[in-house]
Amino acid sequence: MRVLSSLVVGESGTLVALDLPPGVQNHLMYMGFVPDARVKAVHRAPAGDPTVYSVDGIEIALRHETARAIRVTAVRVDAEGELPLPAKSLIEPEVELLEAIR
Amino acid sequence: MSECCAPVAFEPPIPLPGTKFSGDLRTIALIGPPNSGKSTLFNRLTGLRQKVANYPGVTVEQRMGRMAGIGRDDLTLIDLPGLYSLDPYSEDARVSIDVLEGHMPGTPKPDAVLLVLDSLHLTRQLMLAAPVLALGLPTMVLLNMSDLMDARGGAVDSLLLAQELRAPVALVSATKGTGMDAIKLFLNRKSKTDQSPLMLPVLGNAMSTHRWAAQVSSRTGYRAPLSAQASRRVDAVLLHPVWGPLLFLVVVFAVFEVVFSIGQPLSDGLGDLLARVGAFATGFLPAGWIRSLVLDGAWKGVTSVLVFLPQILLLFLFIGILEDTGYLARAALIADRVMRSIGLNGKAFIPLLSAYACAVPAIMATRTIENRRDRLATILVTPFMTCSARLPVYMLLIAAFIPNIGFAGGLIGLKTIVMLSLYVIGFLAALATARLLKSSILKSSETPFILELPQYRMPTLRSLGLRLMDRANVFLRQAGTVILSVTLALWVLANLPVQFGTAGAHAPELAASVIGRLGHFIEPVIAPLGFNWKIGIGLLSSVLAREVMVGTMGTLYGADPATQSQTLQTALHHDLSLGGAVALMVFFAFAMQCTSTIAVVRRETNSWKWPALQFVYMLVLAYGAAFVTNWAVTAIWG
Repeated sequence: MRVLSSLVVGESGTLVALDLPPGVQNHLMYMGFVPDARVKAVHRAPAGDPTVYSVDGIEIALRHETARAIRVTAVRVDAEGELPLPAKSLIEPEVELLEAIR
Repeated sequence: MSECCAPVAFEPPIPLPGTKFSGDLRTIALIGPPNSGKSTLFNRLTGLRQKVANYPGVTVEQRMGRMAGIGRDDLTLIDLPGLYSLDPYSEDARVSIDVLEGHMPGTPKPDAVLLVLDSLHLTRQLMLAAPVLALGLPTMVLLNMSDLMDARGGAVDSLLLAQELRAPVALVSATKGTGMDAIKLFLNRKSKTDQSPLMLPVLGNAMSTHRWAAQVSSRTGYRAPLSAQASRRVDAVLLHPVWGPLLFLVVVFAVFEVVFSIGQPLSDGLGDLLARVGAFATGFLPAGWIRSLVLDGAWKGVTSVLVFLPQILLLFLFIGILEDTGYLARAALIADRVMRSIGLNGKAFIPLLSAYACAVPAIMATRTIENRRDRLATILVTPFMTCSARLPVYMLLIAAFIPNIGFAGGLIGLKTIVMLSLYVIGFLAALATARLLKSSILKSSETPFILELPQYRMPTLRSLGLRLMDRANVFLRQAGTVILSVTLALWVLANLPVQFGTAGAHAPELAASVIGRLGHFIEPVIAPLGFNWKIGIGLLSSVLAREVMVGTMGTLYGADPATQSQTLQTALHHDLSLGGAVALMVFFAFAMQCTSTIAVVRRETNSWKWPALQFVYMLVLAYGAAFVTNWAVTAIWG
């Protein structure tokens, strides 16, 4: 299990849970940060924080301390910035992990 | 069930032109997530010109208009701030919910809803459909930006979606104006009560709402258009650790250079033209006090401000491009680190940047800041940002006092550097004051920074043109009302009391006039700053609005026989020391001379305490800084 803030740019993760105060959590969920959503780190601000995440086709910037409270399972590193390939290209242990969660 | 209420996707017959319908609807609300195009649609349906731009949170209060754009003057349309859910997270979203529930004084409770969803991100946007449809109001779902969805290979079966949502659905494009007939047809419905309202999954639970939205979007064959690869590539440069900030600086310098190198000649030309027109037109008036009133009082005063129109429009063009492309949200992202160090959050940077145009809408825009104390701190520091009303004062003084010296091979002029420094000290004062407030009376725990970045869009010539036209209108109206009245009043005061001598009745010496005596009365207070009594009168009048200062100077120097034939620049140059001139610019950088800003702060904070504190604080700071500046400049260059 990892946290969202640990994703490097280009890496995707599947959201597992949010550990945030109810108001913030609800707001983020309405923006698309719901369990099972695919989240990808796409940019970091020049100063290294906040980071822009893409979820549900939109891009949302979050600070490190917010992203740290969102648990994810990393899916795969992808340098090209393309949409992640189907599950067969996943690295083995992570497939197991994903299945274990399901 | 009348045919317009049936769950069908519209392929409507085009109604005959001029046909009036009489439904039961009176008030319709536009609801949708932020940046889904509600205001663009509002403008399309009403024919009005509500501000639109490409970032979430442009609209922060309700706006009403008659739906004249589609020939339904009998209907009122309400434009509302965007929201992600019906649980308000910020002040602007609270406004939307209050209006929907009929709790907003002065705004009627809507009896139908146009739900505007961005078809490029339909799955997520459908999450708002659940709670809105559950309100039970007649609702039409508009899938906006459908032209872009088609162009980028997206698709959705709107008939199936209408069946799923049990509400009429139409594909529209507010920008292009397609799909408006379907809206007309919907508005023609008879009944205020909706057909059997949709039974939805657990309401108020984000998780189940999302699951429902995802199911609906997959059942209706929604295929999201290719995502924003272009935006990402642009961001790879603009958010680059080195190129990003560097490009930003280059653009800022370029803008100021353009304001000078293109704006100044335009402004000078306009000034010559206006002076000639004035001299020619008043030639028809009899010589004497009437001609003097019209030419020296009104015309010189008003035109001395009018000549700055080119520079102000250039500045607004730049701000318009920033807002319409979507860069503003990136600027907030980049600035978050700095803003955090002063105890605020990157979102506060958006109002601060828009305050470069005018502090009044910027203070309204702070409604998007979720934390009340952060919002208050932002409101209190916003007037430090260099608004466009300061520009005429700066331009006049810089043109009169700062020599034309070029640096870096003539690429950057000394005038540009002085101007930029004035912008920088205003910004630094805002940051320092915010830090002070956030570490004392407005201390609070940090709120998370959550900001949606819109995709980049090419600004359209039409939208930029409309912005400039609206701005020019505001500027001209201000010149024709406030500045004209002030200059007329000044001219009268400069010519009273009428003196009777051997040659008959004549105006007094300027120094002996009412205005002269008032000026000399306050002169001791401002003399330490290097200002003379005329500047003092200018400062008094500038409390109405900063640019009034320039009009006042135009009238005062125009009414004085000694300086009547000179241009305002020359007259000022001979009447003010370099120290006093620089001190005057510094004074304007810090002082809160604007009754509209005071009024909006009073309204947004709901108390006189904050605007009073702000006014006194800024005045003291301005006085102190001008005093030091005058002393230092005189000591070094005097």
